[in-house]
Amino acid sequence: MDSSFSARSEVLRSIRSALGQRMEADRIAAQYGALPRDYKRAGTLSQEDRLQLFLRRLEEYGAGVKRIASHGIREEIGGQLAARGCRRLVIPYDLPAAWLPLSFEFTPYGGEGKLSSSLGATELDGMDGVLTGCTVAVAETGSIVLQSGPHQGPRALTLAPDYHLCLVFADQVVETVPESFAVLDSTSCLPTTFFSGPSATADIEMTRIKGVHGPRFLDVLVVE
Amino acid sequence: MKPAASSHWSGRDFPVAARELLEDSQIRSNVRHATNVIQAKRDAVTGELADWQQLRDAGEAIRAHSLAHLDFYLEQFEQGCTRAGGQVHWARDAAEANQIVLGLIQRHGVSEVLKIKTMTSEEVGLNQHLEANGIRAHETDLAELIIQLGKDKPSHFVVPALHKNRMQVREIFQREMHLPELGERPEDLASAARSYLREKFFRLKVAVSGANFLIAENGAVCIVESEGNGRMCLTLPDVLISLVGIEKVLPRFRDLEVFLQTLPRSATGERMNPYNSIWTGVREGDGPKEFHVVLLDNRRSPILADAESRQTLQCIRCAACLNACPVYHQTGGHAYESVYAGPIGAILTPQLHSMEEGRSLPYASSLCGACYEVCPVKINIPEVLIHLRGKIVEEEQKTLAGQLGMWNLGMAAAAMLFASASRLSLAQRLGQIVQKIFVNRDGMIEHLPFPLSGWTQTRDLKPLPKQSFRQWWAERTPPGEESIGDPDRAGQAAGRGGSDGQ
Repeated sequence: MDSSFSARSEVLRSIRSALGQRMEADRIAAQYGALPRDYKRAGTLSQEDRLQLFLRRLEEYGAGVKRIASHGIREEIGGQLAARGCRRLVIPYDLPAAWLPLSFEFTPYGGEGKLSSSLGATELDGMDGVLTGCTVAVAETGSIVLQSGPHQGPRALTLAPDYHLCLVFADQVVETVPESFAVLDSTSCLPTTFFSGPSATADIEMTRIKGVHGPRFLDVLVVE
Repeated sequence: MKPAASSHWSGRDFPVAARELLEDSQIRSNVRHATNVIQAKRDAVTGELADWQQLRDAGEAIRAHSLAHLDFYLEQFEQGCTRAGGQVHWARDAAEANQIVLGLIQRHGVSEVLKIKTMTSEEVGLNQHLEANGIRAHETDLAELIIQLGKDKPSHFVVPALHKNRMQVREIFQREMHLPELGERPEDLASAARSYLREKFFRLKVAVSGANFLIAENGAVCIVESEGNGRMCLTLPDVLISLVGIEKVLPRFRDLEVFLQTLPRSATGERMNPYNSIWTGVREGDGPKEFHVVLLDNRRSPILADAESRQTLQCIRCAACLNACPVYHQTGGHAYESVYAGPIGAILTPQLHSMEEGRSLPYASSLCGACYEVCPVKINIPEVLIHLRGKIVEEEQKTLAGQLGMWNLGMAAAAMLFASASRLSLAQRLGQIVQKIFVNRDGMIEHLPFPLSGWTQTRDLKPLPKQSFRQWWAERTPPGEESIGDPDRAGQAAGRGGSDGQ
């Protein structure tokens, strides 16, 4: 018997002997189903209050925020990028062309059949920023979730560039963390990233400082 | 197999180590500042949630359920992870875990690896093992980097360098990163760490991490962090190795909806920490091409057998109990001489050593209960502390040295005294007379002669009052109600109570 196999069986046997008789799977499932879950699951705020809460939370984290109309996406993106002094951006390959303002340089990343893009991390690092959508956002915690879904790209895309401009549609904003999990659950095997503001640390004297290794600058456009 | 390293650093008892640390006023002020800040933030963001107690109840129930069926959920996790292209390894102890991780790294022929902060790797002494085999592990969490470059030890498991202030961090960075001009603002220090590590993130091919949670239903792994160093390590390298304690499994993905609320609010006092990553196995074009999970037992499984202390393994490592603890507040983490400090460390460390080491730790508490009150998974730490004290006493009573020890003799004497009302009142009367020579000007007793000096070594005593409760009661009991105040019956009840409390 090789050692990895015996380690596995020995650990499992040790757990079993500590716990006693093993229950059948359907009884474990029934027991799991009966666990208390009396915490708040559904939100109670109106759409307007929910959006305001979301924006307030993001601002507290030090992100730039703006509410925009759906017919003005292209112009607003252009304005935001110009204000940040960004010219060369990387985008997920499936980002709608209608979003992209002229006079900026957009490099698509990934794509059908060739998911591993030619851009390495160092090249991504050299870009001025990244522009993406998202899967869902949580008002109560000011969090945005990326799940390698449409308009989001693989994880490295939103990690190496120093600036992230993220579009969130108003109907993607839920109030509570449990509501966001209801959205994510069916695709839970996809790489999932929650981000709440720009990267930060409080490791020195518990002072929150923006910007360590992730994008140091984050702007969010909420589209209504 | 003998463990390669120990999560308990030396044989020093808590009071000895604590005495030394209490004299370091710099550490004390750094620890006091940091724990006060986190505590205040934590109180604010947990207080604003109307359903905080319900979240604690759910968290406790989910963690207890996972532990009660741990083998079932671990096997489910293994299946899910393997199906998604990950590889699962099992390690009985620290030495085996180190060997597995080293072997995986050596297969790729690299001499440097990235590390994401993981207390589990501190527990097994992974960095030292890799170093001894010619592999340099670069810590990438800011605090861990401070610890590594300063050749120090972590004192807190969320903010490991909490005992260092900005000036001390600057000194370390100036020296180790060759940056004589470095400023002292936290922004300058963070930016120095960014430049120091960035090249490594892009260059190194293998990363080693821990994990906050494993998800049984789909084989996913979850890491909660702040800086983005975690995301760098689990996204950019070709190979990722996650070393995880077997207790960290949750049944379903949706269980995270509880813990991603309670963990950040308890750990750093934030509504949500900057980054949470959840991934399953490997995915083409997104993240590492090779992913390994090493499941570590290292004497966790025997803890499951003890119904009272099993709850120790419910811990999600938020460290709220450290910040809330009046003892930790004074001594900081190093006095515990263990990777796992504070109240949770005081119950976890001795159990991870089958009660052979860290035996002074269950006594490093006033049993005030602050730790239990803040615990997001409701581990009743005072209950476990008392349970472990009981175990230690019972073990000691089995040896002759233990039977003849001061504590045992003292407790036996006390039990004899409390077992009889007449003996107790005689002792009280004697005490009232004899104590007079020991009471100082402030009306307190500072020193008692041997063997009672052990008690007054660290505490002042109030003298016995002029009249005891029994004397007062006897004066008030109206005739005909003797039975209520019957000293002998009351004495027997007290005697039982007294011996239970040992």
